Amino acid sequence: MTLPPGRSPDAAETTDHAWSVRPDAHRRADRADRRLPTVDAGVDAGHARAHADVWLSDVSAGYGDRQALEKIDVAVEAGSLLAIVGPNGAGKSTLLKVLAGLLTPWTGRVEVLGHPAGQQARRVAYVPQAELVDWSFPVTAWDVAMMGRYPALGPLRRPTAVDTRAVREALEQVGMSAELGTQIGRLSGGQRRRVFLARALAAQPDLYLLDEPVTGVDATTQEDLMDVLEAEARRGRTVLATTHDLACAAQRFHTVLAVNRTVVAHGASSLVLDPDVLARTYGGHLLVVGGRSVVLDDAHHHDDAHGERHFHEGHETRRAHRRDGARRSGR
Amino acid sequence: MDVLLEPLGHAFFVRALLAAVVVGTVCAVVGTYVVLKGLAFIGDAISHAAFPGIVAAYLLRGPFLLGAAVAAVATALAIGWVGRRSGIRADTVIGVLFAGTFALGVFLFSTIEGYVADLFSFLFGYLLAITVEDLVGLVVLAGIVLAAVGVLWKELLYSTFDPLGAAASGVRVDRLESLFLALVAVTIVISLQAVGIILVVAMLVTPAATAQLLAVRFGSMMGLAIAIGVAASVVGLYLSYWLDAASGATIVLVQTAAFVAALLIGPRTGALARRATTA
Repeated sequence: MTLPPGRSPDAAETTDHAWSVRPDAHRRADRADRRLPTVDAGVDAGHARAHADVWLSDVSAGYGDRQALEKIDVAVEAGSLLAIVGPNGAGKSTLLKVLAGLLTPWTGRVEVLGHPAGQQARRVAYVPQAELVDWSFPVTAWDVAMMGRYPALGPLRRPTAVDTRAVREALEQVGMSAELGTQIGRLSGGQRRRVFLARALAAQPDLYLLDEPVTGVDATTQEDLMDVLEAEARRGRTVLATTHDLACAAQRFHTVLAVNRTVVAHGASSLVLDPDVLARTYGGHLLVVGGRSVVLDDAHHHDDAHGERHFHEGHETRRAHRRDGARRSGR
Repeated sequence: MDVLLEPLGHAFFVRALLAAVVVGTVCAVVGTYVVLKGLAFIGDAISHAAFPGIVAAYLLRGPFLLGAAVAAVATALAIGWVGRRSGIRADTVIGVLFAGTFALGVFLFSTIEGYVADLFSFLFGYLLAITVEDLVGLVVLAGIVLAAVGVLWKELLYSTFDPLGAAASGVRVDRLESLFLALVAVTIVISLQAVGIILVVAMLVTPAATAQLLAVRFGSMMGLAIAIGVAASVVGLYLSYWLDAASGATIVLVQTAAFVAALLIGPRTGALARRATTA
């Protein structure tokens, strides 16, 4: 089979999954019971900061004069498996870039692995969205995974047996051992995401920052990749991934961060199925949750559209964090 | 055999052949990254920007290579700086600086009284008139460029393929970018003597583009690009000798013929691909 460079056989898969919630969404909602305790920066800031792998305080960021994030306060504990959800343009990718040190925030403070963002870069693995990659590039699955080893090797040193073993194991973990020598453009959409996760695994990082790692992949690939991420979280590594797939966020992640320019909610992953959280994250839209249609009417939430809720150990404390109506954005 | 050996009796031809091989190699190595980064237009801009440097070097009686190198590197870095500072699209910035610097060169050139003879050689190269000193300078600069790529090839590869992923994991992508533009500038300065300002971008881009049509791995792409670049330089130089044609233009025509051949019969886009699909 020969494909023109840069085209995948399943390019059509990579559609927008913003509103896709599978009918079995409720099935694994009980996972929330096993979640790690949620840390909320607003309650005990000093404690949260000391125990957090990722800590943001009053962070605003954007591109040029376009603001993408406003006054973000978040603390994420080591060993978390956190889904970042929100509509298109909510600032999910921007948040990852701030944490990866790729974008300097306008205001606020960011600590990653106990240091300012960007300083612990070799302990961080960042995987960009699939659209940002040139798939006609002359590299194989093996080559891409090996790139994960380059930063630690540095200039001059060539890969050794240690690097080769790490790459082989990483590709094995994501089920790509049979395609080591395949040029990346000839891989399917799911295989491409597997290879990029292998690159992150090969780097053996303490923090994973993954931009839509399971977008546009088949159900088997999604399950496989989430199994790998769950195993990494169990080993104490911290995983932050953006996703449009709310069912996946609810079922497979331990915690969820709902953002729409500001933090709408942060807590157990079942939160993502809470109609109130959904309404304030996504605005007035129709969603299908657990096989039932849920009409989310924005009108009920005018009063506290920018209100912030803090979910803490199952309790929810509603704090009226009101701003004037004129500042409501994006609706 | 005489067809191959007879020209080697001339010292100028041997010097030209050595220069063509060195230029073919360096251009292929740097060109592989240029093609993968999509920087062909920058290569064209930098080569035109070298022109005012060459004229200034003549006016100040300084070394030609130094003038060209300063102007080319300065423009290469200015393209990055203006782009970041103004927020204007890169291709627009390149277009502005490209025309502006070349105009400065033409302006300075036109002020030189009664001096027009060498304009043609600046614009189209003077491979057959290359001196021993030119050749030594060329080999030294080529060595520096190849050594830099030899040390940083992994980092350059990673930051070319995925700049965000590389930067997030600690590769200094911004510094590498500036260094790489400087390497492109030096490579262009080396090649100016061979093919001149107008055609230098072909030396940089065509062999690497041909190799990309044939290779699926980075290493084999660069190796093929070197083979194509060197072969085109040698074949083109001999052809120009026997046909009594302009050497730089002949080399570029041979490269272009190789590219068209790869396009028409190569495994990705040509006849071989179609056969493989229908089989």
